[in-house]
Amino acid sequence: MKDISRRDFLKIAGAATATAAIASCGGNSNGEFGDLDPAGHHTGAIPTDKMTYRTNPNTGDKVSILGYGMMRLPNKPVTPTKDPSAPAPEEIDQEQVNKLVKFALDHGVNYFDTSPAYCQGHSEESTGIALKASGYDRSKYFIATKLSNFAPQQQTHEEGVKMFQNSLKYLQTDYIDYLLLHAVGGGGLENLNQRFIDNGVLDYLMEQREKGAIRNLGFSFHGDVEVFDYLMDNHDKYHWDFVQIQMNYVDWKLANESNSRNVDGEYLYGELEKRGIPAVIMEPLLGGRLSKMPDHIVATLKQQRPEDSVASWAFRYVGSKPNVLTALSGMTYMEHLEDNLRTYSPLVPLSAEEQEWLETEIANLYVSYPTIPCNDCKYCMPCPYGLDIPAIFVHYNKCVNKGNVPENQQAENYREARRAFLVGYDRAVPKLRQASHCIGCGKCSPHCPQNIRIPMELHRIDDFVEKLKQNTL
Amino acid sequence: MLKLTRRILAVIFWLGITILFLDFTGTMQPILGWMVKLQFLPSVLAHHLPSIAIVLVLTLVLGRIYCSIICPLGVLQDFFAWIGRWRIFRKNRKAKFANKYSYSKPKTWLRLTVLVLFIVMLVAGFNAGVILMAPYSTYGRLVASLLQPLYIGINNLLAHWSEAQDNYLFYQVEPNNNPTLLIIISAAMMLILFVLAFLHGRTYCNTICPVGTTLGYIAKFSRLKMQVDEDKCIKCGLCEKNCKAACIKVEKGEPVFVDYTRCVVCGNCQTACEKGALHLAPVGRKRLNQGQSNTPNEGDLSRRSFLAITGTTMAAAAIKAQEKTTDGGLATIEDKLVPERKTSLTPPGSLSAANLQQHCTACQLCIANCPNGVLRPSTSIEHLLQPEMQYDKGFCRPECTRCADVCPTGAIKPITKEEKTAIQIGHAVWIKENCLPATQEQKCGSCASHCPAEAIQMVPIDKSIKQNPEDGQWYDAEGNQLDWRAVNDLLRIPVVDAEKCIGCGKCEYLCPARPFSAIYVEGNDVHREI
Repeated sequence: MKDISRRDFLKIAGAATATAAIASCGGNSNGEFGDLDPAGHHTGAIPTDKMTYRTNPNTGDKVSILGYGMMRLPNKPVTPTKDPSAPAPEEIDQEQVNKLVKFALDHGVNYFDTSPAYCQGHSEESTGIALKASGYDRSKYFIATKLSNFAPQQQTHEEGVKMFQNSLKYLQTDYIDYLLLHAVGGGGLENLNQRFIDNGVLDYLMEQREKGAIRNLGFSFHGDVEVFDYLMDNHDKYHWDFVQIQMNYVDWKLANESNSRNVDGEYLYGELEKRGIPAVIMEPLLGGRLSKMPDHIVATLKQQRPEDSVASWAFRYVGSKPNVLTALSGMTYMEHLEDNLRTYSPLVPLSAEEQEWLETEIANLYVSYPTIPCNDCKYCMPCPYGLDIPAIFVHYNKCVNKGNVPENQQAENYREARRAFLVGYDRAVPKLRQASHCIGCGKCSPHCPQNIRIPMELHRIDDFVEKLKQNTL
Repeated sequence: MLKLTRRILAVIFWLGITILFLDFTGTMQPILGWMVKLQFLPSVLAHHLPSIAIVLVLTLVLGRIYCSIICPLGVLQDFFAWIGRWRIFRKNRKAKFANKYSYSKPKTWLRLTVLVLFIVMLVAGFNAGVILMAPYSTYGRLVASLLQPLYIGINNLLAHWSEAQDNYLFYQVEPNNNPTLLIIISAAMMLILFVLAFLHGRTYCNTICPVGTTLGYIAKFSRLKMQVDEDKCIKCGLCEKNCKAACIKVEKGEPVFVDYTRCVVCGNCQTACEKGALHLAPVGRKRLNQGQSNTPNEGDLSRRSFLAITGTTMAAAAIKAQEKTTDGGLATIEDKLVPERKTSLTPPGSLSAANLQQHCTACQLCIANCPNGVLRPSTSIEHLLQPEMQYDKGFCRPECTRCADVCPTGAIKPITKEEKTAIQIGHAVWIKENCLPATQEQKCGSCASHCPAEAIQMVPIDKSIKQNPEDGQWYDAEGNQLDWRAVNDLLRIPVVDAEKCIGCGKCEYLCPARPFSAIYVEGNDVHREI
């Protein structure tokens, strides 16, 4: 019998794909972006002094409209360990992170958003190193991090304090500019009480705000609107300095198209604007899904502005809302960063008509594709049974967008689609990490910020794969 | 003319059969499959009368043309011998022919002894000896163990390229993990054959090969034979020196002697003869020496009893699902280990492990063709190199009948997909010590939800919760009915209806317990229809 500890999550190494020279943090995604248009848009230097800034009404911070999300940091393979059954180990490519952060700072980005949970727990440390290495003074940039006490054993007062103190240590600083209660909403009010209220962790954080160790206190929200409303109703008590919400032109009106438990961006943004609370935007690109669009949406957008990337529409959209403090983007590659810098240096706001066009026409077109609303954030990972959940969903969505998920054998392209789906599946996900191995333990679902019923979707995909293989679709 | 025709046909057969062994996609099987079905020993074992008749008629008309064209091992040896010629040509650049052979005396005693020995081993079921001597399966093993890994390697390189180009032309396949024993046996055979053929031409075919001996003595009665026109013959001996079968004897003052049991009708002598004295021509009704025809006895073979291996030990794979505190990363997946099965699993269509053992010549064609990584050569002495099934890398997929399609010996008889769903090759056995719900209070049900035969049900561990046979609902001790949600929330264990189970191994493959599954398939002594 093999040592039990082999199963322990402590020993979990990086992602599986040894072939991927660089993959985003914790996985093999392409980061938030699809392809950028080749020449043209990328020629000429990116301006260093044209970044659009928004002012935080509470502290007067001038925050760049582009915020750097440190969740999808680039990875690189490391020398394999002696254990042959372990997945090919990877670690954060610190050199690359340093380069990206320096480049961002040089071009006016000054907001960096991390968390103790990101990148298997290495994101804060990496962010701290990169910011130090940039040579910029601590006063020139803002650090956002979170209290990510998701596991029950982390939900005591003591553990909460420890997590915050560790954040200071890893980020090599003595204050945090923006501190968030991480992903409240999932699990309802009960979960909120358990994580922050009953154990006094929120009181502790408010004390720290008094002392200046936290300059702005807020929360990031996913899921149950009851929790959002509760926190809004108690704004007088907690004085939220900012709130981080998921917002993009699809979620503005159609957030519940993918899941009835998701809340429209329009409502969330409206509630914040009403109270004068600045909004930090996450998922402006839906984990890259709004840049990897089906062909005819790409054509429609590109026709309007042939030289702009598909992603730029999503960034300009959120930037066009005046109460947005900053829009976060998890930029794994330099090309992502460059494209976003161009989009926001300076921001050319969308007209009201353009915004409506995106919110209605394009968004409706987009949701007509039955993709799974996975943003490849990897909060569900690691799966204790070794599945690569986001990779399965990313592959499925790719096939949906390419028209490679045939409805039945009568479909015109059935043979080609079948081959593309099955061959691509084996390429994207090693056999042992495919959906067939899901036992339905359900450990993943509570972690999903998009409220995806993960085991159900995995079983559905597995059924589909079986039918494709057996030609019984 | 004869030589050229023979060469062209030989290359076609040789390539066809080789491709059949290399092609893991199964696309060539409908086009080339008949080539292996024509192989003599396999068709005898398969009782495949049309194939036997074709070969016999061919031999009775043309002589041992089978050995020159249809047998891939024969063609391979010709190739080795052809390489051997260059040794001669390097020394003498002007030579028209290699002139490297000379007549050798017939080793009738040795040949017949070997043939008898072979038949005895076949009847007695001494499989290891049989497969080592069988020519076609020897060739199959050479390709499957030495060439296919290279072929797959190249394919995977192309797949890598294909992936980079984002097209789906090539796809990655698992490299075949041949047991060392197979590689050693193949490499040794390769070396022996190479040396023999390089130096002496068809020595193996005319001493060891049981098919060669059998067909040789049949060829004595063939209608057409390579004959010498004594009027034109000047006894120069060129034909003898170029006969790779060493069966032509030229002596001054004597008529040229040809041993037709050894002649493989290659036509080399005819081409070498400067006087045009050799012809493949009908023989008159002259009396021939009494030759003995020896077809392998294919009578009723006794069933072999198998050693019952008891005391199967299963180590529990403890999966400790800890609460995660950070995001991302992949859990380590421990490799599955194969359980020790009392009766080995053989593919649907093989009727039983015993039947497979009797008919299979271990050519590896089914193993090279298995797309699911299920079939692999056995290393046990009684099933030496014959296929057996293991479910650590995949399971026997319901839509696949590839092994039955390709098998030339009838060891795996052809079956349809529909027939396959009703053939029970084994039955699933539950091992409590490994099962997550039973040992770690982790709800599972992977085996039951994946079973294609619906032979596995999940039942509550708590025996006080009972199913009412009338409405099929579950009731707790107080008699309250539980809805499906409540039932799903119970810790339940799988129970197998062995009557329904077909032994496909999907449960074993997908069981989350590692390295040993909590459910595994035990082979049936004899396959049965359900």
